[in-house]
Amino acid sequence: MKLRSFLNACLGFAAFVGLWQLATHGNKVGDLPSPWMTARGLGQVAAQGVLWQNIIASVFRVAWGFSLAAAIGIPLGIALGWYPRLRDVVNPLVQSLRPISPIAWLPFAVIMFGGTALSSDLSAIFLLFLSAFFPIVTASTSATASIDQKYIRSARNFGVEGFDLFRRVVLPAALPQVLTGLRLALGIAWVVVVAAEMLGVETGLGYQVMDSRNALRMDHVAAAMVVIAAIGLLLDTGMARVESTILARRGVRRG
Amino acid sequence: MTELGSDTRTKIAIREVCKTFETKKGRVVVLDQVDLDVRSGEFLAIVGPSGCGKSTLLNCMAGFEPITSGSIRIDGVEVDAPSRKRVFVFQEPGILPWFSVWDNIGFGLGKMPFEQKHEIVMRYIRLVGLDGFEKSFPSELSGGMKQRVEFARALAVQPDVLYLDEPFGALDALTRLEMRAEILRIWGETRKTCILVTHDVEEAVELADRVAVMTPRPATVHSVLDNDLPRPRSADQREFRALKDRVFEILGVRRG
Ligand SMILES: Nc1ncnc2c1ncn2[C@@H]1O[C@H](COP(=O)(O)OP(=O)(O)OP(=O)(O)O)[C@@H](O)[C@H]1O
Ligand SMILES: [Mg+2]
Repeated sequence: MKLRSFLNACLGFAAFVGLWQLATHGNKVGDLPSPWMTARGLGQVAAQGVLWQNIIASVFRVAWGFSLAAAIGIPLGIALGWYPRLRDVVNPLVQSLRPISPIAWLPFAVIMFGGTALSSDLSAIFLLFLSAFFPIVTASTSATASIDQKYIRSARNFGVEGFDLFRRVVLPAALPQVLTGLRLALGIAWVVVVAAEMLGVETGLGYQVMDSRNALRMDHVAAAMVVIAAIGLLLDTGMARVESTILARRGVRRG
Repeated sequence: MTELGSDTRTKIAIREVCKTFETKKGRVVVLDQVDLDVRSGEFLAIVGPSGCGKSTLLNCMAGFEPITSGSIRIDGVEVDAPSRKRVFVFQEPGILPWFSVWDNIGFGLGKMPFEQKHEIVMRYIRLVGLDGFEKSFPSELSGGMKQRVEFARALAVQPDVLYLDEPFGALDALTRLEMRAEILRIWGETRKTCILVTHDVEEAVELADRVAVMTPRPATVHSVLDNDLPRPRSADQREFRALKDRVFEILGVRRG
């Protein structure tokens, strides 16, 4: 079954590459690159060594933005889910800010962090923080608000209260949905990092895309896109793995 | 019969209890002047039409819901909050899916040395016949086994009173019969005061010392029927059928 799905995936990729080859047959550097030109471009950027620096730069920014978003978003979301009064006050605000694309914050980010030593890094991290923050808060809020009242009631019945209630009931009950939110947020942050790096920074995969475009090396642009896809996939698989390990240890199988 | 064998001290005294809910559509009177005495150590069943307020009454007795007027006293003390002295057993087991059977049964025990906790947990695992499953997670258990864990968890804190709100409702017919026998055995061994809410009149007559029949909403207790039939009881017995018919009659159900 595993092999079967792998072969099926290969079939999809092969069909895509075939169509791509047909559409770009005979193109030169500067036109839309063909699969072969992309592969060769990938070899070239990998050999140059800047690719690795750019990967590290992008991953580093995402890691910071995402971690900060989780560190603030999870506790805030749980608090909003737990206290209906607080939710009534704060949630409409959160939900109104959420649809704003993080990229729209860029001008403000530049003003806020401009002039500091790491100004461009900080603005990129700020955008990534925003992009990850809203899905995390939203998931944590609804995870906590939708905890089965039966669990809370029986905890009260058995005199389990305060921090003990939080640690043994609220957190584990909310965990599956919080983890799903984290995974979603990481995916969004990875999408946003490329856009964020197209302005104002001089490292990262987004920068590499813009830089290659300015050099009219479309094959390098496509090569960077392949790398972005591969790392995105890796991050998502990693998160899925973390998710299922944590949940399996708790005996909660996801159906 | 009851006066001779068992202790007839009043455990729970329910006096003129009214309960109304304020909803968007206005106020709903659910309980209207409920009077009921529950004797210490007895097995009392409460039956009544669907939606009449049986769960509400039980919730009030457990301290989950405040009453609007009247009084509920347990051992002479007004009920105002949930307590480990009286434990609620839910229809869909409320055991925690992220804890093993062992952790679930130890859930209500509070802080105590591991050895002591282990001894208590294992005692109740044996009582409900789940030896060997202490490390299993609820997702690995059948519905009946989960219900057993729920019983063990409730009993482990040594409550005086068990509130059972259709505890077998989520189980299949066969497991339900098995669990009825099981709860009787456990009750026989522990002699807790048990209050069982059920839809199933036959279940009520099979298990209970007394059956309280409630009226439709706004509900009150219509009558309390004594059930002195010796256990184990069988639905084939004439007296069993007679009592069942009596309950149905009060409920206003004509049976052919
Ligand atoms: N929290 C609440 N807010 C408003 N109305 C409620 C609330 N809880 C119960 N009710 C109403 O009180 C009435 C009695 O409900 P309850 O659950 O006690 O009935 P029940 O006898 O247990 O019913 P069933 O046999 O179906 O379990 C119902 O009409 C219900 O709509
Ligand atoms: Mg009910």
